Amino acid sequence: MTVYRGRVWRFGDHVDTDQIIPAERLVSENLDRLGDFAFEKVRPRIAEKMNEGDIIIAERNFGCGSSREHAPLALMDAGISCIVAESFSRIFFRNSINTGLALVECPVEIEEGSEAEVDTSAGTIRDLSTGKVYNFKKHPEFIQNLIESGGLIEAIRRRK
Amino acid sequence: MKGKTVAEKILSKKSGQDARAGDIVEAEVDFVMVNDVTGPIAFRRFESLGLPPKKEKIVLIPDHYVPNKDIASAEQAKEMREFAKRHCIENYFEVGRSGVCHQIMIDEGFAAPGRLIVGADSHTCTYGGLGAFSTGIGSTEAAAAFATGRLWFKVPETIRIELTGKFRKDVGGKDLVIKLITDMGVDGAIYQAWEFGGPGADAMPVPDRLTICNMAIEAGAKAGIFPCDSKTDDYVKDKVRGDYEAVVPDKDARYVKVLRYDLSELEPMVACPHLPENGRPVREVDVAIDQAYLGSCTNGRIEDMRIAAEIIKGRKVAPGVRMIVVPASPSVQRAMIDEGLMTVFMDAGAFVSGPTCGACLGGYMGILAEGEKAVSSTNRNFVGRMGHKGSEVYLAGPAVVAASAVLGRIAVPEDLP
Repeated sequence: MTVYRGRVWRFGDHVDTDQIIPAERLVSENLDRLGDFAFEKVRPRIAEKMNEGDIIIAERNFGCGSSREHAPLALMDAGISCIVAESFSRIFFRNSINTGLALVECPVEIEEGSEAEVDTSAGTIRDLSTGKVYNFKKHPEFIQNLIESGGLIEAIRRRK
Repeated sequence: MKGKTVAEKILSKKSGQDARAGDIVEAEVDFVMVNDVTGPIAFRRFESLGLPPKKEKIVLIPDHYVPNKDIASAEQAKEMREFAKRHCIENYFEVGRSGVCHQIMIDEGFAAPGRLIVGADSHTCTYGGLGAFSTGIGSTEAAAAFATGRLWFKVPETIRIELTGKFRKDVGGKDLVIKLITDMGVDGAIYQAWEFGGPGADAMPVPDRLTICNMAIEAGAKAGIFPCDSKTDDYVKDKVRGDYEAVVPDKDARYVKVLRYDLSELEPMVACPHLPENGRPVREVDVAIDQAYLGSCTNGRIEDMRIAAEIIKGRKVAPGVRMIVVPASPSVQRAMIDEGLMTVFMDAGAFVSGPTCGACLGGYMGILAEGEKAVSSTNRNFVGRMGHKGSEVYLAGPAVVAASAVLGRIAVPEDLP
């Protein structure tokens, strides 16, 4: 369905939602500029360097912690198109489906700064620096349909 | 067919299907709750649908930044107030009648056994302590539930946790949950549920069960559940709205694994920075503190206040240490006044406030400066959680928080002179 191509930003295990966007930024007046605050406490000014389409590659339990939907919204606003991780926290996973942030569950070893390409219909992740290809299992049909509808609100609108 | 876990039974009943671990079902929720931080996004999404709200299912509880911290949070709180007014939603709790959302859900009788409750706050899993299936969701999902009263769920596998024995003095639910998270890791129960049982669970007071289920999310769990028993019935009887149904697991329910803990072997625990899985026995930790925080949806109940007050009584908060006490709801605060606990804390030199999420999430009312260390009865010790990224949070139960406030270092009550 979709191909995401961009520069890779590396993160480790258990990247929590307070790291992604601190609680003090969670006010309505920031809703159209959440990306400015992405990772501001743990990797200051990284958001300025992220470009449209960039990809995050992380390890276990990405997005753990709070239910704040501001977390996937902040990453998308910073330019992130897709996150590849070994596993995701379940609320972050559900929030991403609904905000349109692509998530792929797969352990990969691609260095920060490399270019990568994620093809969600082929189920492949390509390290464009080395040519190495990783294969991943697609989401269950129900979730795939939800993503293709554009999230839960769109799915309800279609059903109406 | 094998029997069912509590999670499978509640999701079967609410979906009208034979829900088994791994299935995806659409189920009718009893209540959907949002707070002042997650509400505004939900309101926008909901309004974009142009559908009428399922009013009787919606609960609106401002707690994170109220009483309004600043102009931005005042504007945000106003959005919730206006949404409630526009759609004539009765279950909106104004400042003065509001508090930490999860305690309000309990005090006001929304949380009850057998119910399916979702909330746009990750600690919604707390009501599993009353035998409900409750879990955190995002704002868009809350908006969908406002409109349809329904939501999709992947039925979780369940880890059964068999408890024997009884807590020793100065040990409680917080110490067990820190131990559980430390043993299984912060992603040890990802996509799964915890279900408790055994004589240790039967004997455990309900407030300890609530503390444990509150932190199920810190192991990645979707829910933590203590099946309903007579203790649960007693706890909810003066609070509950409407009828409820006790749900207990079948004897031949299928569990992904069974863990066993003897409560009498547990000792006071502290989770060191910067993950809840960094639990260690308090006696192995030697850390001087700047702040001791007692409150939150984890340990801001009257039982927590009583435990801490008994230790603080007749003693003083150490010089140079701030002790901040935040009851989780107006009913907790009122009980503190009636029982004279407010005086106990104030005589000791502690600051006591009304109910709010406050500093737990780094909001306000006790933010940490660079290099400062706090012992806290809250649920998360992530980098910068309660303030500066160079500050540190040590999670512990109310007895350790109180003893540490007096001694100025992380300590157990036994260390007190």
